[in-house]
Amino acid sequence: MNSKKVESIVQKSDDISVDETARETMNIVVVGHVDHGKSTIVGRLLADTNSLPEGKLAQVKSNCQRNSKPFEYAFLIDALKDEQTQGITIDSARVFFKTNKRDYIIIDAPGHIEFLKNMVTGSSRAEAALLVIDAKEGVQENSRRHGYMLSMLGIKQIVVLVNKMDCVSYRKDIFERIVEEYSRFLLKINISPVCFIPVSGREGDNIVAVSAVMSWYKATTVLGVLDFLKKEKTSANQVFRMPIQGVYKFTKCGDTRRIVAGTIESGTIKVGDNVIFYPSGKKNKVKTIEAFNKSMREESSAGYAVGLTLSEQSYIKRGEIIVKENEEAPQIASRIKVNLFWLGKKPMVKRKDYIFKLGTEKVLARLEKIERVIDASNLKSVEAKEEINRHDVAECILKLKRAISFDLVDKIVSLSRFVIVADYEISGGGIIREALPDGQSWVREKVFMRNCKWEKSNISQEERAEKYNQKSAVILVTGAKDVGKKRIAKKLEASLFSLDRFVYFLGIGNVLYGVDADIKGKADVKQEHIRRLAEVSNILIDSGMILIVPAIELTQDNLNLIKTSVNIDRIITIWVGGDITTDIEYDLRVDNVDDLDNVTGQVKRILKNKGIIFDSAKE
Amino acid sequence: MNHLDQLENKSVYILREAYANFKNLGMLWSIGKDSTVLLWLARKAFFGHVPFPLVHIDTKYKITEMIEYRDKLTREWGLNMIYGMNEQALSDKQTFPDKGADRISCCKLLKTHALKQTLSGQGLRYRFNHETLEYEVDTNTEAFTGIIVGVRADEEGSRSKERYFSARDQGNIWDIGDQPPEFWNQYKTDFAAGTHVRIHPLLDWTELNIWEYIKRENIPTVSLYYNQGDGRRYRSLGCYPCTSSVESCAKNVDEIIEELKTGKFSNIAERSGRAQDKDDGGGLETLRREGYM
Repeated sequence: MNSKKVESIVQKSDDISVDETARETMNIVVVGHVDHGKSTIVGRLLADTNSLPEGKLAQVKSNCQRNSKPFEYAFLIDALKDEQTQGITIDSARVFFKTNKRDYIIIDAPGHIEFLKNMVTGSSRAEAALLVIDAKEGVQENSRRHGYMLSMLGIKQIVVLVNKMDCVSYRKDIFERIVEEYSRFLLKINISPVCFIPVSGREGDNIVAVSAVMSWYKATTVLGVLDFLKKEKTSANQVFRMPIQGVYKFTKCGDTRRIVAGTIESGTIKVGDNVIFYPSGKKNKVKTIEAFNKSMREESSAGYAVGLTLSEQSYIKRGEIIVKENEEAPQIASRIKVNLFWLGKKPMVKRKDYIFKLGTEKVLARLEKIERVIDASNLKSVEAKEEINRHDVAECILKLKRAISFDLVDKIVSLSRFVIVADYEISGGGIIREALPDGQSWVREKVFMRNCKWEKSNISQEERAEKYNQKSAVILVTGAKDVGKKRIAKKLEASLFSLDRFVYFLGIGNVLYGVDADIKGKADVKQEHIRRLAEVSNILIDSGMILIVPAIELTQDNLNLIKTSVNIDRIITIWVGGDITTDIEYDLRVDNVDDLDNVTGQVKRILKNKGIIFDSAKE
Repeated sequence: MNHLDQLENKSVYILREAYANFKNLGMLWSIGKDSTVLLWLARKAFFGHVPFPLVHIDTKYKITEMIEYRDKLTREWGLNMIYGMNEQALSDKQTFPDKGADRISCCKLLKTHALKQTLSGQGLRYRFNHETLEYEVDTNTEAFTGIIVGVRADEEGSRSKERYFSARDQGNIWDIGDQPPEFWNQYKTDFAAGTHVRIHPLLDWTELNIWEYIKRENIPTVSLYYNQGDGRRYRSLGCYPCTSSVESCAKNVDEIIEELKTGKFSNIAERSGRAQDKDDGGGLETLRREGYM
């Protein structure tokens, strides 16, 4: 960046606000290759702005003298004992200082590759970054890797500090060479830096005071550029998105409100707005916006942690995203194309279940395909790999256990960001670039429309459950031909009926020759048969009943399709017979069809465990 | 949205994440200004309710006003209040005031050890009964899997390296050199049996933010923080044998905010009145690695 541009920057920053009640705070992370002098720069910044606690400087200096080692400004920051002995920053330390314009939290991130996860942690909390490059060593592996990670994490404002200028006799040509080389790299990852500043942390050049020895550099100091950085704007003018954190009901404390709680990710919401829940497609209307120790509001916007009450009772759960009816819809998919970075000690592999978290949603996921692994330190593609190793960056396809809602990275970036948990730890993160079709996509669209158009009865699910003393469910009885599926299904119906349960046996033929009459006998209609069966089941269980359906050799694919139409928590699968002839995941397997009482006993236990039936006087 | 709003909304988000993910969740309440702000934020997050127990570690050397204030708010706000202590060490007189231990050992016994025992359920817990208005031995001895703590990053060195959700192993040990990453509002909510997670919603708050928020929300605080006419007040509260007051004329919240803004204390650590910090080599790191809050 040329000096003219920076001078104008400095002038702009003179326009400072000194209104104490409105003081803003900005988080700045300092990153770069190990030993390029990040902590020294931060230490110098604090010392030269008189931001250190009294006696701290003297204390650290006298410690150094006692241990006969030269004093370094970095020791001020590396307050922890471990770090002083090793001389490297292990974790991101935070220090505070202020200018007339605002308060700063400086996050000093470690440069050692071992601690990339800590660099990521520190950086994700920042709104801007100071990236430090050693003038003597030049652009190193982690100078590039950190730059790449900053772009992945979504940090757009980057100031590059070329440090240790004192070690290269303050030479302009060396500075310019680094500016040229690193600018080229940043261009490839779509980052345009705020500016480059030649500095010396050890000598204090261009940190707070303008360097007397680098007269060839006319632009601003580090301190000067900080006040020029811009605060990220809240995304109130984008479409409305709010991931649900929880649905609260504190009835025990005499509070009858049913509050849907969450933090507004983007956009605004008003009392009376029509909303849709994704991915379920359920519709509702905002009745009130709740708050504690604050007057009730008619409207709220991005950044606020709020609570909504709704006009109609509806079963919604944590993880769903609230969207306004008249605004652009988010994506729904179970297969996604992503860019991810891996920080786990063990590599990310195929055929292993991982926990995928996005917004407040949490779902099991598997690595389906690795399209490309990139070495973030040089942006080169690594040859075809079967696993993603620690510190790798990869483009890959993930398969989620069920469909969730999200936005793509070029729409609402925060709702495209996810993390992957392996062995209890967050081990990777990434962004969703594309929603891919899966075997259920065609059904999902229909189900979504059906839910949107669903005409609700005035009787709620809770009222029905109370009346019938049960929740509704579909019991699928499947297995090979002629193994006694119908016999078990009918016996189960009779047994539950005798206990006053609201239960119904639905023979597959009853659907096949009626609802399916138009497609019966045609080729390639198995999935459509299943879809219609699922839709019929969905209507019947909405009435509050327990439905028992025998069906030949259902596959996992069939079951996934049924789960797309029918609430997943309400499906119970029984496999009948010794031979398992499909890949279906079942809840109960029945080998001996002659001991029917035992079978019905087992099913009843499952129903109880799932909270579908409760103990009654008759049992 | 100003800075206090940002802090408040972020803390509320963290509290709700904790509530959604931890079945056995509790919140440490030291009666000090920070954890009282935390308690207030919980009422914000849950619309006037606090849907988990508050846990106080009583060393029996707390300043009297602190206990009175604790029980007053417990009654008025209908809090689910639990306290625990190291009864063995107290009866054996293994304490600093009894000359049975040095400051650090006393802290380890009366606070760290008492905290571990109370969290695991191995030590007796006393729960406030809102009908009898007395504390009684709690029959629930299940271990807490998530515990919300009001530490702030600006307090001292080791706290500046904390995560919002920070894992503690079976021995309550904090492996500061090998913490998992934490980014994009996603936190460590999965944990192995026998371990627990400490949750720190106030990490980004400063001492000044705390007082500004107390003022804005009109949060009741214990009188020890204010000068009662002798020209001294407490800046940080602890056990009376190891806590000293600072010179100050601030008689109310406004005057404290004014005092902090003048920079009077900007060169003096907030916990400088806490003698155990000095005995730990100028920081709390040794104590905190082993489970101190």
